[in-house]
Amino acid sequence: MGVLSFLFSSSLGRKLVMAVTGIALIAFLLVHCLINAMVLLNDGGQTFNEAARFMAENPFIRISEILLFVGFLLHIAQGLYLTFDNRKRRAAKYTGNPGNANSKWYSRSMGFLGTIILIFLVLHLKHFWVVSRFHAPHALGEITYANGDTMENLFLEMANVFTSPYAVIIYVLGCFSLAYHLLHGFASAFQTFGINHKSYTPIIASVGAAFSIIVPLIFAIIPVVMHFGIIK
Amino acid sequence: MKLDSKIPQGSVDTKWTQYKSSVSLVNPANKRSLHVIVVGTGLAGASAAATLAEMGYKVSAFCFQDSPRRAHSIAAQGGINAAKNYQNDGDSVYRLFYDTIKGGDYRAREANVHRLAEVSTNIIDQCVAQGVPFAREYGGTLSNRSFGGTQVQRTFYAAGQTGQQLLLGAYSALERQVGLGNVTMYSRHEMVEVVKIDGKARGIIARDLVSGKLERHFGHAVLLCTGGYGNVFYLSTNAMGSNVTAAWKAHRAGALFGNPCFTQIHPTCIPVSGHYQSKLTLMSESLRNDGRIWVPKKKDDNRQPNDIPEDERDYYLERRYPAFGNLVPRDIASRAAKERCDAGYGVGTTKMAVYLDFKYNMINKYGRTEASKRGIQNPSEDVLLELGKEIAKEKYGNLFDMYKQITAEDPYEVPMKIYPAVHYTMGGLWVDYELQTTVPGLYALGEANFSDHGANRLGASALMQGLADGYFIIPYTLGSYLSKEIHTKPISTDHEAFVEAEKKVSDRINQLMGIQGKRTVESYHRELGKIMWDKCGMARNEKGLKEAIDEIRALREDFYKNVRIPGSVDEFNPELDKAGRVADFLELGELMCWDALNRNESCGGHFREEYQTEEGEALRDDENFKNVFAWEYKENNQWELHKEELNYENIKIQQRSYK
Amino acid sequence: MNINLKVWRQRNQNSEGRFEEYKVQASPDMSFLEMFDVLNEQLIEDGNDPIAFDHDCREGICGMCSMVINGRPHGPKQGVTTCQLHMRSFSEGDTIVVEPWRANAFPVIKDLSVNRGAFDRIIASGGYVSVNTGNAVDANSILIPKEVADEAFEAATCIGCGACVSACKNASAMLFVGAKVTQLSMLPQGQPERQARVVAMVNQMDAEGFGACTNTGACAAECPKQIPLSVIANLNREYYKAKLNGK
Repeated sequence: MGVLSFLFSSSLGRKLVMAVTGIALIAFLLVHCLINAMVLLNDGGQTFNEAARFMAENPFIRISEILLFVGFLLHIAQGLYLTFDNRKRRAAKYTGNPGNANSKWYSRSMGFLGTIILIFLVLHLKHFWVVSRFHAPHALGEITYANGDTMENLFLEMANVFTSPYAVIIYVLGCFSLAYHLLHGFASAFQTFGINHKSYTPIIASVGAAFSIIVPLIFAIIPVVMHFGIIK
Repeated sequence: MKLDSKIPQGSVDTKWTQYKSSVSLVNPANKRSLHVIVVGTGLAGASAAATLAEMGYKVSAFCFQDSPRRAHSIAAQGGINAAKNYQNDGDSVYRLFYDTIKGGDYRAREANVHRLAEVSTNIIDQCVAQGVPFAREYGGTLSNRSFGGTQVQRTFYAAGQTGQQLLLGAYSALERQVGLGNVTMYSRHEMVEVVKIDGKARGIIARDLVSGKLERHFGHAVLLCTGGYGNVFYLSTNAMGSNVTAAWKAHRAGALFGNPCFTQIHPTCIPVSGHYQSKLTLMSESLRNDGRIWVPKKKDDNRQPNDIPEDERDYYLERRYPAFGNLVPRDIASRAAKERCDAGYGVGTTKMAVYLDFKYNMINKYGRTEASKRGIQNPSEDVLLELGKEIAKEKYGNLFDMYKQITAEDPYEVPMKIYPAVHYTMGGLWVDYELQTTVPGLYALGEANFSDHGANRLGASALMQGLADGYFIIPYTLGSYLSKEIHTKPISTDHEAFVEAEKKVSDRINQLMGIQGKRTVESYHRELGKIMWDKCGMARNEKGLKEAIDEIRALREDFYKNVRIPGSVDEFNPELDKAGRVADFLELGELMCWDALNRNESCGGHFREEYQTEEGEALRDDENFKNVFAWEYKENNQWELHKEELNYENIKIQQRSYK
Repeated sequence: MNINLKVWRQRNQNSEGRFEEYKVQASPDMSFLEMFDVLNEQLIEDGNDPIAFDHDCREGICGMCSMVINGRPHGPKQGVTTCQLHMRSFSEGDTIVVEPWRANAFPVIKDLSVNRGAFDRIIASGGYVSVNTGNAVDANSILIPKEVADEAFEAATCIGCGACVSACKNASAMLFVGAKVTQLSMLPQGQPERQARVVAMVNQMDAEGFGACTNTGACAAECPKQIPLSVIANLNREYYKAKLNGK
């Protein structure tokens, strides 16, 4: 641990923790998003449910899930620490307001955006993760498809949750926060890793921007289309 | 008083080597118990403090700014000379020595200048080793450029920020010693008195500018590296805080002041724009590498510069000095600009400016080279100009930007307007070969001393001198004095000399604070500056100088009756700091006039209108004035003049010619 | 032009500060600091306490001037210091809010003057090449490619004014530290102490009470010398490498 103690003691170490866990979370989002996108195939949730079963049963995924959880906790704890600690570094605040003249509002609001995402996350875990992992087996109800496969029907659980307009609004807001959080976070992680060069930084920035828009957009579409019954 | 310059015996090129081999040394154990005070942390001060600390001395360093890195050396733009001959253009130690003596119009000491030229090469090595990012060629070697008064390329540079890079190098060496505990740094401290015990300098009284408290500091020796006094003219290229106070206190404590009237007026500065003007901004001399100076041939020509055709322009430097052209020394370029403007050919709203025009060289020098590099056949003039602008941007981008920021005119499109301004003072505390003033144990380094530039300093030589004094000269010469001081135990600052000196300072401050008149310190400074510029500036005459002396005396008298200093003594009070400095300028100004009045000749930057050739060039009088004027302070602003004869054994004195 | 100023006044480090309002007649060709000179002369003549502010070279190179103007260090123009900012950048009748650099690591001395000694201490902790005078080899025996020299120079142009700290919402000093670390880590002269240097400087930076960087980019956007954000990336890389090497 000696060599790595800087991750929790120095300003640059803490930043590295944010970046590493951030990238891990980005990878998770990508997988999550790909699976969710299967809902949009509009096949009564078959592909989606199959993917969900794979995720639930694959031992590699289950181990990764633990790592992911640790990553989440580190990202949240370190993020909150940095937000509050950084705020203390300027006891007397400015009166003049530069607006967005020297930085983007979402870059300055990562703590706030992250907190909204955290609140959303608690709700989200309660809706799906807790239900699928900790309820008695088959609590979700099962479905048997034409090919004879029987599996838990997570798709139906989604349809149930998204009948509530409040849930849809909360999910869409969560996705908005996520989009802006990513808009800063994606490129920022690379900067923290020390990857900054005039030839490839613009590429990172474009990929980051695309990711930050597309992924949350897909996430946000699903509650909406399910609520309005476009996907059944 | 007999002035002993302590110049070693032997031929000029062996003096320094022999001196170094024979000077007394201080052993390492003794160094640790010897304490040196360094006042000022510019190139000279920072390099001296760092080097002495590396050698093992205990050092206390003082600066009035908030950090040693702010010293005004930082603003030097163009470069630093060194006789490296990397360009294979015939440079040598002798040639740098010769150019400097000639450039100084034969009023500098041969031995000092030769030593300067000798150590110049070590300076570049040292700075590079510190990580100073000098400009490089593609092959990785160091790049050079030309400066005024020379025909070789020996100037090393880092874009237009050479002084900054060199100072940051010296500053980092200094901070390293601070970190190691060998230097104690006192920033926002101003030296306000020298403490003398048994005739030797033994410490200083410093004022903590934040708390206003007076502090006593003991040192076995005191080094003044406090820069020049150009701010006596109010408007100059010096920083707002640059002042003569430390040197002046030393002068009043017995150190002779050498050639106070030798002031350098720099030819390429941004002209004054209004009465509120607080300082003048230099445009580096390096611009004269590529800028051509001209005025319209017609008087009161109000056309835009780009509308004036080529044959109606007077490139007066190229016309008058074909051999050196736009690269004549500073004093000559300045006077020539003044001459044109006084004759009615000046440009701009005030008519006190000339053009510095880059278009010709952007097209013909850079544009053409760039075009052939890129294989562009028969490029049009517009294409060449665009290509040339790119190169100009690379070379002078920061200067052009600064010019545009200040004047709102774009020098890539229209010629710059420039006019001479006070820039540097060749005069300063008189020192011997060891850089010691006439007070034992009190030394002066860099611009604060008078020694190396004679009556006119060549461009890129100030940085060279500051670093030479600090890195390579004082570490040896100080040993000569301190080796005899190893038995001197640190003297308690309760010693009566310290008590007395502190009382003197606090009385002076209380006197100033007690006046509570009506006029601001600034207004006195401005008025003094105007007297100095009008009557002791680029051209001087007997009548004007006599008037100036009377006017300065009257102004000084009024100052002590009518100045208003707000706030109190025991707080951060920049107005009080300024008042002390202006009070000293009010005395120095008078001495400068006396010096100019007594020097009945013209030489270098000192131009007495009564002494000029038919062509209007400076007319020296080597019979009577081949000497240094060293002034001794007597009570109540009276001075006694001493003279140090200058001997030229290696350089034949002649009429300086750049034609 | 008529300008309304709202200026932060604070007697000393320990006292409470407040804003005071002033009216000044300015000319468009004046520098921002010359406007303060004019105001101060007025204040003194009227028997009031002038406003303390730091300034020295007034050429944009010493790094002493430090005013936050309408919430932005060195004012609205990019790439200029306060002393190089001219009133033509403002309009008739403008109200301008002027404050000191605000950061716990830069305590206010008086009014608009702050103490930036923390920067010196960071340099003293390792921002140098350890080479005693007289130890140097011939300058041209160290060959440095032009591109490297130019890039090192770009980082070395930092004037240590502290605008980066003042602009950063976290009062982080990483642009300042990154600039010095970048300069010395790029050059061959800086190699022997490369890893020890970055660790020592970051430790000192943390000890001085500067915040952590969150990559908002405000520092580089407000830097009067336009030091690029890449120096912070470089600092990160250098630091992680050194730490993982057990420094």
